[in-house]
Amino acid sequence: MSRVEAAHGAGGRAMGRLIDELFRQAFDNPLLNAGDDFAAFEVPAGRMVMSTDAHVITPLTFPGGDIGALSVHGTVNDVAMSGARPLYLSAAFILEEGFSLEALRVIVESMARAAREAGVSIVTGDTKVVPRGKGDGVYITTTGVGVLGEGINISGSRARAGDRILISGPIAEHGVAVLAAREGLALGGELRSDSAALNGLVEVMLAGLDNPDRLHCLRDPTRGGVAAALNEMAAQSGVGMRIDEALVPLRTEVAAACELLGLEPLQVANEGRLIAICEPESADGLLAAMRAHPLGEQAAIIGEVVGDDPGRVALRTRLGAERWLEPPHGEPLPRIC
Amino acid sequence: MSGLKFIDEFRDPALAQGLAAAIAAEVEPGRDYRIMEFCGGHTHAIQRHGVQRLLPENVRYIHGPGCPVCVLPGARIDAAIHLAETHGAILCSYADLLRVPGASRRALGQCRDVRTLYSPEEVLSIARDNPEREVVFIAIGFETTTPPTAVLVKQAQAQGLSNLSILCNHVLTPAAMTAILDDEDSAIDAILGPSHVSAIIGVAPYRPIVERFRTPIVIAGFEPLDVMQATLMAIRQLNAACAEVENQYTRVVDEQGNRRAQALVDEVFELRETFEWRGLGWLPGSALRLREEYAEFDAERRFDIPSFESREPNSCECPAILRGRKQPHECRLFGHGCTPETPLGACMVSSEGACAAAWSYGP
Repeated sequence: MSRVEAAHGAGGRAMGRLIDELFRQAFDNPLLNAGDDFAAFEVPAGRMVMSTDAHVITPLTFPGGDIGALSVHGTVNDVAMSGARPLYLSAAFILEEGFSLEALRVIVESMARAAREAGVSIVTGDTKVVPRGKGDGVYITTTGVGVLGEGINISGSRARAGDRILISGPIAEHGVAVLAAREGLALGGELRSDSAALNGLVEVMLAGLDNPDRLHCLRDPTRGGVAAALNEMAAQSGVGMRIDEALVPLRTEVAAACELLGLEPLQVANEGRLIAICEPESADGLLAAMRAHPLGEQAAIIGEVVGDDPGRVALRTRLGAERWLEPPHGEPLPRIC
Repeated sequence: MSGLKFIDEFRDPALAQGLAAAIAAEVEPGRDYRIMEFCGGHTHAIQRHGVQRLLPENVRYIHGPGCPVCVLPGARIDAAIHLAETHGAILCSYADLLRVPGASRRALGQCRDVRTLYSPEEVLSIARDNPEREVVFIAIGFETTTPPTAVLVKQAQAQGLSNLSILCNHVLTPAAMTAILDDEDSAIDAILGPSHVSAIIGVAPYRPIVERFRTPIVIAGFEPLDVMQATLMAIRQLNAACAEVENQYTRVVDEQGNRRAQALVDEVFELRETFEWRGLGWLPGSALRLREEYAEFDAERRFDIPSFESREPNSCECPAILRGRKQPHECRLFGHGCTPETPLGACMVSSEGACAAAWSYGP
């Protein structure tokens, strides 16, 4: 029994064994071990946050991560971008018949490790099997819930003219690493995904503020990269934004890979970075708090929110000229020349 | 990576400000300088780095047709789709070609089996791995991408691959430049010549064009400072009423170009009588096809491909934009039905096209 079979999703013994021997062992926690189709837990009074994310990626494993860790990081980060402390995850697996059970074990163990490191528990789940050829090995959907502390009011709609825009680290690492792995491109230099859970970083950022309400927006710039995230928030808030290209952290290897492939780093996906927008008086303190955390060592202030050109993001290029920074149109495609 | 250090030097803000000041000092007030950067790579550099905004208002870049994806006519896309649908062919192409709509409004990306390439050599293994299927490589590009296609054809022959063919769309830079300048409505004062293309063909092929039209051509590197320096050289020529071929990109381009690449191309390809360009129409002697000796690898000889028509939208201003007579925003379709998501005209198709660049980066 070294491959996924239709029986693994049929509700009978095979499925029971898969759950017992793989998922329950890896995710091991009392709520899951209770063996119900739900998880019941106590929550503190106040607001809760919920988010869900479906994960499909080729290849399933790439330098710096795999679909398992990514499925934890993605949802933990979506919850954390509200300022909430993520507590629990659910996980739904869609497995393709014929997929290696050993490969699944590696993915599930990576998921369990990522959850432990992020301080969240995977407390309920579901498994389905689709016929051979109807899926890319494995798809994972996770849903997360978290609790929101007093006085935290973070939303993409809260950017105000004068606010400062910060980023937690070098950009474009995930998209470039995955593209290189998928296409087997030997680009030289070390290209690794930045996939990471950001809830710890968010926690120290909030703790460093005298009033958490000074932190207006948080967003993880995943698909579409920094360009998409900033444009979304500019539109949501009805403000303009000005970014300075020279201030945006970008590792030399990643910049070189983007040059070769004709990709705009600001439009390439990240999975372990966040953009923060805060009141100008709090920017230096927030930056210091970010830099004191391992995931924010290279954090930088990259621009500011302005009142003019609502809904648009302007980029001051390295040459000192200004142009619009647009979100990508569809999937970023390497250029021909 | 030392390569990028080399790039940073060509994006130095202080040097850029210096060049901008030199250009501002050189231009004569009241005179317009309409400079066509022929190549899409230059268009991209100008837009991405905001070069236009560093220059005086009377110096204006006109984005040329040097984007192979943009100028490929709809009929050729429809021919490729026909090969996929009628002969079950696996189509192989470069990524940004996949979005280009044919005259039928369908794009290659909608075909059942399309493979995205990073190097033409990948076609060989696709053909080997699928011996029972026809594999068609949609070869596209100016003189830079032609030598790799020639190598591919020779390798396919040496390996005895009988299921691989090429739908050849390789086009020629000097022919397109000539066509643009030969239009009496053309409003172009000088041309920035392409970087990589010139590394292959050298400086010499541009001389007859300059002599015939008295329009300066300055071959420029791809970096923003290259473009600015070449712009300054072109303005100096115009002010001195000169018309010469100058080479700003001397670190790569020489008089004769890459002789080995030229010989290889000449061995495998021959000149077509005429070829259709999206936005420019049929241009004589502007493209290549495989020589008779390689006919078995020529998809157009191997298959019976019906002749498709490239109907371009009526109010599309691409022909005028490509000749410098109009700006993207002067086209009625710009942003109204024609956007990078749903391109209708040549200039909106690839990110290097004039309209796509104007849409994404601002005028």
